[in-house]
Amino acid sequence: MVKKPQLAIDTRPWRDPAAKPFVRIKNVTKKFGDIIAVSDVSLDIYKSELFCLLGGSGSGKSTLLRMLAGFEAPTSGTIEIDGQDMTHVAPYNRPVNMMFQSYALFPHMNVEQNIAYGLKRDGLPRAEIAERVRELLALVKLSDYGSRKPHQLSGGQRQRVALARALAKRPKLLLLDEPLGALDKKLREETQFELVKIQETLGVTFIVVTHDQEEAMSLATRIGVMNQGEIAMIGEPTDIYEFPNSKFVAGFIGSVNMVDGVVTEDEPAHVRIRSDELGCDIYVGHGVDCAPDQHLSWAIRPEKIVLSREKPEGIHDANVTRGMVEDIGYLGDMSVYQVLLPSGKRLRVTQTNVTRGNPDAITWDEEVYLSWGVSAGSVLTV
Amino acid sequence: MRRGWFLPITATLGFAFLYAPIISLVVFSFNESDLVTVWSGFSTKWYGKVLADPQILGAAWLSAQIAFCAASIALVLGTLCAVALVRFRKFRGRTLLAGTVSAPLVMPDVITGLSLLLLFVAMEATIGWPSGRGLLTIIIAHSTFCMAYVVVVVQSRLRDLDMSLEEAAMDLGATPVRVFFDITLPIIAPALISGWLLAFTLSLDDLVIASFVSGPGSSTLPMVIFSKVKLGVSPDVNALATIIIGFVALGVLLATIVQLRAHPKRAKA
Repeated sequence: MVKKPQLAIDTRPWRDPAAKPFVRIKNVTKKFGDIIAVSDVSLDIYKSELFCLLGGSGSGKSTLLRMLAGFEAPTSGTIEIDGQDMTHVAPYNRPVNMMFQSYALFPHMNVEQNIAYGLKRDGLPRAEIAERVRELLALVKLSDYGSRKPHQLSGGQRQRVALARALAKRPKLLLLDEPLGALDKKLREETQFELVKIQETLGVTFIVVTHDQEEAMSLATRIGVMNQGEIAMIGEPTDIYEFPNSKFVAGFIGSVNMVDGVVTEDEPAHVRIRSDELGCDIYVGHGVDCAPDQHLSWAIRPEKIVLSREKPEGIHDANVTRGMVEDIGYLGDMSVYQVLLPSGKRLRVTQTNVTRGNPDAITWDEEVYLSWGVSAGSVLTV
Repeated sequence: MRRGWFLPITATLGFAFLYAPIISLVVFSFNESDLVTVWSGFSTKWYGKVLADPQILGAAWLSAQIAFCAASIALVLGTLCAVALVRFRKFRGRTLLAGTVSAPLVMPDVITGLSLLLLFVAMEATIGWPSGRGLLTIIIAHSTFCMAYVVVVVQSRLRDLDMSLEEAAMDLGATPVRVFFDITLPIIAPALISGWLLAFTLSLDDLVIASFVSGPGSSTLPMVIFSKVKLGVSPDVNALATIIIGFVALGVLLATIVQLRAHPKRAKA
């Protein structure tokens, strides 16, 4: 797991209502003919953030990024960067650089020329360009590869050249389109770490587009989950995972068990939901914005459920049900149990394998009790 | 798998079908006899005769000038047209342009030649330009049909070009014009070279269109050869044809080398 950027205490500016956003996207809509790619998106991103736009294909995340780079103009709405309106500024006049998914290295130039290209366009003196290129090559650990052509490099090296080239002009904002998408798993984990380190060192604001939720969770200071051109939720990775605001977000990030239920008690400090699917009541230890007899969904992560052979003491006669272990997936660090409830519903439960080769572990076809805490799950009305 | 006899035989027949006429022409160009079809001994005298013939030399020089100019004009216009068709997806009249650009590929030469002749005559009558027909009119005529071939060659290369390369350059501060010269042009250069060579040989080759739009004193090499053959095939035409074949082969070889250098991986595959 990658360490999240350790910013000082005032590094969560999104929690400070007085903080001034660095990138301000206001009511941006983009239509291609009749297709709405991005629909009325408003988003504030703060300085030195590593913001991830997360979504499936066709969610509009790439279109939003391309509008920030200036390759597409919004149909309506405005984009402000560092206090300046950039909505209709051409890409070559923006203080923004982009790292492309395909890396887009110029095949007829060597590594040095690729990195120097943007600096030459700025008309920097030759000596300074050479100095800057050397620094950047050192930063991405490619000092000996300056005279290679892109096709003589491995995938990981190309990725680093692309990053160095995008950083060369010291942009205020760096856009990264699936920066790790083309790398294999092992390399991706290493590179993730390096990317965060470079971002921390330089303090540049990063906006990363990705479809990989693990990547987003480990990289980002905040995540914006996109769905069908709209922002479904914005929040820190823990918020997104533990407190999803909708069924879409809960299902999109990580794996989740979702059941339907009816509100039977709606008090300011607790809520009771009857779920026929679970075969028991759900007692939620906090108030929820709902009404008695309302049908809603309740979502719980597999690791929040506890399995046991003995019947645990329920809380307020709720939060305990029983089922049969139908399948076990052994993953080494943990095991995934699929438990069949009498209603026919299957729940996914994960248990950490704390004891080595535990002979007493719960096994196939065993009857087990499932229980969870009063705030283990999320009540979802939308 | 056993190779058997089938493949070698069909391959031999195929090559024979394509090259037997050319080989017989080359062989007979070294014939000593005055009669084209009767072999009497080895000689290079016809080459000497060709190279001393002012009419042929003049026509060859004229053809080379025309081919050079026409290929260059066709290259510039064809490249611009290909860029417009590939890079600017939506504009009024795009489909019409795409259709009309490739029309000369299938248009019979006679019709192209005739219509150009009529146009030149009408233009001379109304605006006085081009005055008379000759070098200039042949160049214009050849540029138009060669352009179609250049468009086809350059278009296919441009389609393969990853658009994010151009976007990356723009992102790094290059204006669209700069992007074209810094990124697009160097990457499609092999296609430009082979397009130019193709246009050059096509122009050198053309008899029909040139016959329509040429004027007195501006006979191209194919026209001279054709008029000579009308009077009966003489061995010096064989020698001349052999020289031309040599030049064309050299051109094709160059074009192939350029393409292979640009795509070393494709060559290995």
